[in-house]
Amino acid sequence: MRSCSLSRRVLQSAAAVLLSIGSAGTVFAQAAAPPPPPAVAEPPEARQLRDELARLRQEFEAIRDAYGSRLAALEAKLGTATAAPAAGGAVTVAALPALPPVPPPAPATPAPAAPAAVAEAAPLAPPSQGGGAAGSLPVYGNASALSKIFNPDMAVIGNFLGATGRNPIDAAPALEMHEAEVSLQAIVDPYARADFFLAASPDGLEIEEGFLTLTSLPGGLLAKVGKLKEQFGKVNTLHAHSLPWVDTPLVMKNLLGGEEGIKDSGISVSKLIPNSLLFLEATGEVYQGTAGPFQSHDRSNVSWLGRVRGYRDITEGTNLDVGTSFTSGHNDAGLDTRTRLFGVDATVRYRPLRRAVYRRFLGRTELVWSRRGQSAGDVSAFGMYASGEYQFAQRWFGGLRYDHSQRAAAASLTDKGPSLVLTYWPSEFSQIRGQYRHIRYAENATSNELLFQFLFAIGAHGAHVF
Amino acid sequence: MTAKQKCTITAACALTLLAGAGTSAVAAINVVTSTEDLASIVQAVGGDKVTVESLARGYQDPHFVEAKPSFILKMHRADLLVAVGRELEIGWLPPLITQSRNSKIQPGAAGYLDASQTAKILDMPTGQVTRAMGDVHPQGNPHFWLDPDNGRRVAQAVQAKLSELSPGDAGYFAQQYAAFDRKLAEGEKRWKAAMAPYRGIKVVSYHRSWSNFADAFGLDVIGYVEPKPGIPPSPAHTLELQQDMKRQNVKIVMVEPYFDAKTPNAIGRETGAEVLVMLPSVGGVKEVTDYFQLFDYDINLLVNAIKKTGAR
Repeated sequence: MRSCSLSRRVLQSAAAVLLSIGSAGTVFAQAAAPPPPPAVAEPPEARQLRDELARLRQEFEAIRDAYGSRLAALEAKLGTATAAPAAGGAVTVAALPALPPVPPPAPATPAPAAPAAVAEAAPLAPPSQGGGAAGSLPVYGNASALSKIFNPDMAVIGNFLGATGRNPIDAAPALEMHEAEVSLQAIVDPYARADFFLAASPDGLEIEEGFLTLTSLPGGLLAKVGKLKEQFGKVNTLHAHSLPWVDTPLVMKNLLGGEEGIKDSGISVSKLIPNSLLFLEATGEVYQGTAGPFQSHDRSNVSWLGRVRGYRDITEGTNLDVGTSFTSGHNDAGLDTRTRLFGVDATVRYRPLRRAVYRRFLGRTELVWSRRGQSAGDVSAFGMYASGEYQFAQRWFGGLRYDHSQRAAAASLTDKGPSLVLTYWPSEFSQIRGQYRHIRYAENATSNELLFQFLFAIGAHGAHVF
Repeated sequence: MTAKQKCTITAACALTLLAGAGTSAVAAINVVTSTEDLASIVQAVGGDKVTVESLARGYQDPHFVEAKPSFILKMHRADLLVAVGRELEIGWLPPLITQSRNSKIQPGAAGYLDASQTAKILDMPTGQVTRAMGDVHPQGNPHFWLDPDNGRRVAQAVQAKLSELSPGDAGYFAQQYAAFDRKLAEGEKRWKAAMAPYRGIKVVSYHRSWSNFADAFGLDVIGYVEPKPGIPPSPAHTLELQQDMKRQNVKIVMVEPYFDAKTPNAIGRETGAEVLVMLPSVGGVKEVTDYFQLFDYDINLLVNAIKKTGAR
């Protein structure tokens, strides 16, 4: 899977202006601040610190002169800019040169990111253009107005689909704003983070996913609680915008209960199994039991899922990712009938590190066996796809896929066919894709279609898991 | 089970226990860094009290690293994670941190150090920032380690962080830092002296990776091969750049090792400029194994090219 880095945050304009004004002042205040007592008070260190201090005083005086005129100009600018009281008080206070020297207040960080390091390093650091401490906690932070600091990262991804050609069995609309996915992601507290993905589509608004991730559990455990894409295989876990095709493989629709796959309310716990050979992860999940092929008739009709995934680097640019999944739950054929799914998936990736911007290959196959209990007896069906995607230029990808799948309720019916995909990225944040798809349906009908897709993202969408 | 087998097992257990006790007595701080530059600095300050491993390689574009599960294993065992910050790693590090199942290195925890917090950051965008500007970094240019003074600031932050994690070794880390600082000061003197005759020399670079380097060594970057950060070269922009270079007599094009040299080479042929594959990171080539060699290599390359082209 392409690690989708639709990600850089956008600053509020007012805050950016104030921050840039503030940065000079912050440096000024840093230079003026009395150095805190050194962490290590050994005699040679003390002497060194004293020398350092003397040097700093000199430097500070030079800088004060140099900045004197600039600060006057900045003050004037600040006067006009404070109409928008956006940036933190910290920055504003530090920007006022008339105040007696105060230690620089901690930058506007949502969590205390190594304050000790900042405090100790600041007086030693020769102040020049600064701006260093004026930023916020970078990985998740939001360097905009104080009132927005705790807002989650937000993004919207538009997924526009089109189709031409002939499909007598399952025809998609000619043009459709298929989905707008809104993501809201943030750290909850020192122990957890939360991710919400709301999907607005012609069918209405639904929670695509919305879950809490407990990141600080002991014993190598990682737990998720909420509505989740179930960890069955690979495609089922991916959002529509991170698939390498316009559509989803037929096996999703035929055996996993629909193009959207299985996503349900539940709890997921996964554990790393430490060993020296490979990355090994075991996942256990329990769900309400109403999604995909499952239908719960009673509170006790929960569905279960187990998955084991192994991963190993073959070379620094090549790796192999293999998993097996099993899930079981009640279905809609009767009150006491179950559907069991067993899946095997394998992915091989190649991405040479020196040319990672230009070249990559991803080959993937998933095999799914379904055993569906019906009043007339169990139906066993099999489905699979195999696909390859190759990046041949910085912005271009070509792909192939072959589908073959029986239908869960009638194994004698088989749909199959190949697809050809071409993808172009104008930038990291938008994508245009065309797909030629040929399907031979079990009803003895064939389809020949050209599907196309525009994907575009605004805002800060968190990176996806590998 | 025979008595002999039992005996062997007992002995093995005892040995394991002993080994365990032995390692815990001198347990080094297990540090994972996002880039090799940070790893080199941590190694210099931490000495033999740390073990350091970098996730990205020096010849890899640090923006586009794959969030491989093998990295999760490394981060799972880490006591300290040092990141470049300023959203350089935003495309790959956050999901790894979440999946690391390691509460010590979560953002905000004691074992998470953002190296950019104490660094001198350039290119802070002012005014409205939109993606019409390309792949901009709203929190400033993250390639700050290419100014040796920022290496010093990062080393200070690392020293403070290591001392916090292992207060008993604070004296040792202070000594190590002092040695690093001394060596860096010598290096700076050497590098700046080598570059002094060419102060203000005009150059072109592929990506905006060299702002801090240019600031430290007096280069004037007049343009970029990329029309906008992260956007591939376009014929119109290349033409415009070539005209600019001819007008201003620019004879140096600096390219990061992970970019395609085709367009820079064409620009070089057209304008008579030297195309230099400069290293943005330690490990960019095999011989450059630490932070000092990084500058030795780059400055040497640059000075030779300037002499060769006679650019001024």
